Amino acid sequence: MTDLTALTIAEARDALAKKDFTALELTDAYLGAMEKARALNAYVLETPEKARAMAAASDARRAEGRVGPLEGIPLGVKDLYCTEGVRTTACSKILDDFVPPYESTVTSNLWADGAVMLGKLNNDEFAMGSSNETSCFGPVVNPWRRKAADGSIDPTPLVPGGSSGGSSAAVAAHIALGATGTDTGGSIRQPAAFTGTVGIKPTYGRCSRWGIVAFASSLDQAGPFARTVRDAAILLKSFASVDPKDTTSVDLPVPDYEAAVGTSIKGKVIGIPREYRVDGMPAEIETLWSQGIDWLRAAGAEIREISLPHTKYALPAYYIVAPAEASSNLARYDGIRYGLRVTGDDITDTYELTRAAGFGSEVRRRIMIGTYVLSAGYYDAYYVRAQKVRTLIKRDFDLAFQAGVDAVLTPATPSSAFGIGEKSGGDPVEMYLNDIFTVTVNMAGLPGMVVPGGLDAKGLPLGLQLIGRPFEEETLFQVGEVIEQAAGRFTPAKWW
Amino acid sequence: MSVDRSTVVRVAHLARIRVAEEEVDKLQGELNSILGFVEQLAELDVTDVEPLTSVVPISMKKRADVVNDGGIPKKVTANAPLSEDDFFVVPKVVE
Repeated sequence: MTDLTALTIAEARDALAKKDFTALELTDAYLGAMEKARALNAYVLETPEKARAMAAASDARRAEGRVGPLEGIPLGVKDLYCTEGVRTTACSKILDDFVPPYESTVTSNLWADGAVMLGKLNNDEFAMGSSNETSCFGPVVNPWRRKAADGSIDPTPLVPGGSSGGSSAAVAAHIALGATGTDTGGSIRQPAAFTGTVGIKPTYGRCSRWGIVAFASSLDQAGPFARTVRDAAILLKSFASVDPKDTTSVDLPVPDYEAAVGTSIKGKVIGIPREYRVDGMPAEIETLWSQGIDWLRAAGAEIREISLPHTKYALPAYYIVAPAEASSNLARYDGIRYGLRVTGDDITDTYELTRAAGFGSEVRRRIMIGTYVLSAGYYDAYYVRAQKVRTLIKRDFDLAFQAGVDAVLTPATPSSAFGIGEKSGGDPVEMYLNDIFTVTVNMAGLPGMVVPGGLDAKGLPLGLQLIGRPFEEETLFQVGEVIEQAAGRFTPAKWW
Repeated sequence: MSVDRSTVVRVAHLARIRVAEEEVDKLQGELNSILGFVEQLAELDVTDVEPLTSVVPISMKKRADVVNDGGIPKKVTANAPLSEDDFFVVPKVVE
């Protein structure tokens, strides 16, 4: 039998339907691959018993003719999603060995559609980071390695991007057929770009946030990682739902995203924003972007240069809004109701000691920035101003869409994957700059997808980002498929 | 704007995070680096711009005011570091 982990979701779905193999055999193939790939540190908790039980139940359902859209498909779950009876930590010491007594809405949807859980995936602590280096379980290693000038493989471990670094690495390394992620400033799209995988952050409100550990509630959105555009479309259909438990979940029917994959983009207007040409951007990224433009033009799209004048202000505004919301959301970790407790002399002492011991340095930094910008006397100067800037950023996109633009094409990241430890030193702002192309999308609440576009001279994947109109994810799948067909798919050479 | 040492200590207390004396300088540098970075927002004229409160034009959904959950104290306290008879046990708050 061929390696079952080589199949895409669409291929596995069809092969399972033809009874070429069982869900249990597919899950076992993944559990075996996971065991051999522990050097990647992608999983923080493997759940083989649960996976095998879920796979056996899936086979039983299929025997009775009950087949869900994800029947028997083994997935990894970012450790930010609460999973009933399965430890959930957000990769923070402060949650200790928290075992949720409930299941997040998104994962509930996946299991209801027949999917199988392989385990919980590593991420930056509370999703705060762009390299997966802030996790209390240690960094994830990117399955991709650099090529040296002489063509030999450089064994320096590289980051898989962040915050959903376990998800991106697991999908790229074929130790999950797909994975869940969350994206607050680029946490799905930047790791997808760094690992040659497909990642989509849907429109704010498309997927329920209920049961997902909150970082910045007005920016957080759940979305899938997959190896192909079609697979991402299949997954998003199950992710998305209207949920009365999330007041920001939008009452719109969920379309059949897969039906959009492979349809013509003739006449679609693709906007190319001039503000995304930034100083110091490697020539290879510029070249890839031009290549992407040529591919879409060749497929019949109309290419139009556009201006999004407030782009450069998105990242600074984000570093006010996101920490402000985080400082409020993370106030709940007080050592009283769940998680870690360090007992002090009195209640305040207990709070302060618990939070000092439980939060890592990046999380502590962001809580303090958030506390400062919301404090008396600074609220208007920082927070209100940042929210006004957010209006301007959203207006830039609104104007482009009103003028007829269907989707915007940009580079996904300002560089390919970097080495572990290379950017985590001195200045925190250096790491923040990773999200320069992705963060505008969260600030405006728009859908954004990253599709692999090619490899750089070091042999590392680079991604292209597509930004769409609110709730028009179908356009992204349509255009993304054209890029995938032209660029091909990228798989890392196995060294683990 | 930049923060001085005493502001770092005050903010840490507001955030209920204990900061050791020897960590204050490093934190001050990091916070000032971030505040320096966000300073560029001051270049923009935001007069007459409304702050964004919701990215999608929807009104807040309200659920019916009925009991739809509850009666699960064991589940609620299951993850508590310290609990007794379905209550959270905390350090003494009132003298």
